[in-house]
Amino acid sequence: MSAMTSSRAHTGSAPAVAAARRRRNAKLGWNALGLLVFALAAFPVYWMLNTAFKPAKDAIDPTPHFFPYPVSLENFRRALNISDFWGPVERSLIVSASTVVIGAAIGLLAALAISRFAFRGRKVVIVGILTVQMVPLVAMIIPVFLLLNQIHQIDKLSGLVLTYLTFILPFTVWTLRGFLVNIPKELEEAAMVDGCSRTGAFLRVVFPLLAPGLVATSIYGFIQAWNEFLYALLVMSQEHETATVWLGTFTTQHGTEYAPMMAGSTMMGIPVVILFLLVQRKMAAGLTAGAVKG
Amino acid sequence: MSAAETTTAKVPPRRHSSPPAGDGRPSAAPRRTRLRLGQAATPWLLLAPCILVLVLVLGYPLIRLGTLSFQDYKKPQLWGFKPATWVGFDNYRAILGDSEFWSVVVRTIVFAGFCVLFTMVIGMLVALLLQRVSPWVRTLINIALVASWAMPVVVAVTVFKWMFDSDYGVVNWVLSQIPGVDYSGHNWFASGPEGLSVIMMQVVWGAIPFVVITLSAGLTQVPKELEEAARLDGAGAFGVFRYVTFPIIKPLVVMMTTLSVIWDMGVFAQVWLMRGGHPEPEFQLLTTYSYDRAFGVNDYATGSAIALLTVLLLLGVVAVYMRQMLKIGEVE
Repeated sequence: MSAMTSSRAHTGSAPAVAAARRRRNAKLGWNALGLLVFALAAFPVYWMLNTAFKPAKDAIDPTPHFFPYPVSLENFRRALNISDFWGPVERSLIVSASTVVIGAAIGLLAALAISRFAFRGRKVVIVGILTVQMVPLVAMIIPVFLLLNQIHQIDKLSGLVLTYLTFILPFTVWTLRGFLVNIPKELEEAAMVDGCSRTGAFLRVVFPLLAPGLVATSIYGFIQAWNEFLYALLVMSQEHETATVWLGTFTTQHGTEYAPMMAGSTMMGIPVVILFLLVQRKMAAGLTAGAVKG
Repeated sequence: MSAAETTTAKVPPRRHSSPPAGDGRPSAAPRRTRLRLGQAATPWLLLAPCILVLVLVLGYPLIRLGTLSFQDYKKPQLWGFKPATWVGFDNYRAILGDSEFWSVVVRTIVFAGFCVLFTMVIGMLVALLLQRVSPWVRTLINIALVASWAMPVVVAVTVFKWMFDSDYGVVNWVLSQIPGVDYSGHNWFASGPEGLSVIMMQVVWGAIPFVVITLSAGLTQVPKELEEAARLDGAGAFGVFRYVTFPIIKPLVVMMTTLSVIWDMGVFAQVWLMRGGHPEPEFQLLTTYSYDRAFGVNDYATGSAIALLTVLLLLGVVAVYMRQMLKIGEVE
């Protein structure tokens, strides 16, 4: 009797055990595939760091060294000495920061208009901003160059700021609008019922709630401006080049030396990656909020 | 509309124009009208700086792009020694009659097409994979994706150029480890298609993170019960994806695809940097071709005409994107 029940229990649990094992094996398979994806996605970044931190002569060994051992900062020193690095960085910082500050100020006003007011022509404005965002900037480079030439803004940081506003502004308006729509209007109305003016309600109630989104949008815009290459190449002369152009035209007397170049890439790329890691979650939420509705 | 429904500024336009006659309080009417006008002007005042800047730096150049393409505009005109003269459709006739232009068009479309295809397919597969792996693997992949997303294009291009270097590149070394394969000293940029494939790899590598992260966010909104029900009804993994998952995230897929088309048709820095500022004829895409015409040989008018044709080529894609945005109500 007891033997029978135990055997029945055994046959009953065997498929369950098998299924569990199959699930575990499947999970193992997916994880292995996932690690392969990770390796492929991360490889260029790893290779950049690996090359930057190893002695220059190891970088040009026919058999690649997969670990930067011994760790050396020689490449960084070389990259800094080959040509002025901090000048371009300073110019890039000035341009990116000015673009973001102006873009955030103007963009916030516009975002408020299209998210908090009902007015005739609102839909046209929204469609217009979306369309403008779609215009490929490369296609605009010739007339923009002629315009800057006309108003004497070639080789001036202010000219570069002006051109960067073309892509920072529509993006800022659109993203801030996304954050604003998610702040309930009832809060603002309650403040106004309690005696706040419209401006007061915005400053005391909406703005504190919007601040994190505003910061995320600004940092994202900053990265976009920092990374821009084409207009920086065209508008600025070589002696006033920005950081991206500095790296893009990185050459030494001995032709292209990859090891210092990777050190330069590391200095340009890693701060951006860290900044981006800080805001990415917030931005992804803002960009896709409500996108899957119909 | 939800955003504006309860704002105090909402003024129904029709009532706005109705005369205040019969109101019984005629003295109050003008004041109220002025108040309403003031409120109607507020959004436009808020929009004014934004519109002003966009008109100056985007609207004006866009019109200028059109007019330029019908002019004769070279170095003398740039320096102001000679006025620009109108030449009608001459520039377009010259471009459209040039077989080189057509080969550039075909190359650009093939290049962008494959970029978009690989980006979307691989992006979708990775997004689906992310749902099936353990949390720690997901975190690892996410970090790698965000890092490659954030990489400035210039940096990414530089790194790829180094990886595919003919003498010391790691890719040639790895390929040479396969028995019977010798890639040492192989020059990836000796032929156009091979070089453009390397550039394509870089573009796809940089574009996938955005697609994966957006699609992952979309996939979390697919109700688990629906997939479960389909599975119980006997649908295989592919069936569940095809009939349940995909229809729900389709709006996102359409948007990602249209955005990718626009971005990949606009690839410039990658080609320009990989070829050291002088792309060979078999590397030219519409963007670099237009740039070369304008700033290489100082024929700004022809360059503009090529750029305008590129924009026209993209107009259809932009229309699809806008339709999708209108459909999902993002514009309301």
